[in-house]
Amino acid sequence: MGIETLLGDTVLTTKISEFVGWSRKYSLWPFPFATACCGIEYMSVLNSDFDLARFGAERPSFSPRQADLLVVLGTITYKMAPVLWQIYHSMSEPKWVISYGACASSGGMFRSYSVLQGIHLIIPVDIYVPGCPPRPEAFLDSLIKLQKKVAEESVVNPEYKAKADYLEKALGSTEYQISKNNTKQQ
Amino acid sequence: MRGLNSVLNIELKNHLVKMFPVRGFTVEENRGILVIQADASDLVNLMNFLKTDPLCDFNVLIDLTAVDYLHKRTQDKRFDVVYMLWSTATMQRIRVKVTVAEGLEVPTVSGIWKGANWPEREVFDLFGIVFSGHPVMERIVMPENFRGHPLRKDFPLEGRGEEYLIESIMIHPPDSGSGSK
Repeated sequence: MGIETLLGDTVLTTKISEFVGWSRKYSLWPFPFATACCGIEYMSVLNSDFDLARFGAERPSFSPRQADLLVVLGTITYKMAPVLWQIYHSMSEPKWVISYGACASSGGMFRSYSVLQGIHLIIPVDIYVPGCPPRPEAFLDSLIKLQKKVAEESVVNPEYKAKADYLEKALGSTEYQISKNNTKQQ
Repeated sequence: MRGLNSVLNIELKNHLVKMFPVRGFTVEENRGILVIQADASDLVNLMNFLKTDPLCDFNVLIDLTAVDYLHKRTQDKRFDVVYMLWSTATMQRIRVKVTVAEGLEVPTVSGIWKGANWPEREVFDLFGIVFSGHPVMERIVMPENFRGHPLRKDFPLEGRGEEYLIESIMIHPPDSGSGSK
């Protein structure tokens, strides 16, 4: 590059997507949606033992408006599902979701009439963390994996639109209706 | 205390049997606690008496719940509604049971103990027993659009497939705007 040979180490050239991705990945503001014991593990992640501040995500945002990382920690019941849905859609783009623990990821041991069998049924999920509850290290690992994903995302990535249309894709309209009709015909 | 309790129980039992000479009314002692079996039609009178009579003075409704005896009893005696009472004056406890068939109503006691309001709604929600005269006989635990009463013994363990509850979020999405209503 011309400018670097001219000015030496005083400047760095990069792409705008990479620069934005780099700054986003070290300034994630998590919104802890803690409904069960996974929330207790998350508390110790925030404290000095595990110290989430090392990854630039030490500021838990207790309002979805200012958050860009939704961490779902615990069992989501069908009665809680609309609340989670609303919180996800109250967050501004770009936004990411970590599903922490067996309950949030799959309903866990609660195969019952009242528990949502995984939050992916209502909102898109970026990272699943297995465990019941997972160790705090598992959260740190998932955050590092998410940071890689965030850094690779383009500023003009149409994925945001795709995320917003996720619900219609999954359940709302054509695909779901077609599969429903197919099962009826069989 | 056990000795004193049983003396008090005998006294109380004689008192109650004397005051309620009606059909279907029995009092028995079970593990130190008197258990009253009563008809739904006598319930409000009985509960009023248990609360106001100076010898009884059961001023606290500890709990109100129901039991489903499906396949163990005939259909006309399917449910028991159970009331646990306690007296802060005499430190005595007592249990009242009312047997109801499916579809029949039980009179509310929320006019006697205000604390019966929400437990009665919970029993309605989970067992489908309607309490007549209750101010708000609506679901309290399950989502409003839930179908069925999940603590009934004929409700499947793994649910009836509650995907319709998610679909309803898609069809009638909650307000994701400013939240001001």
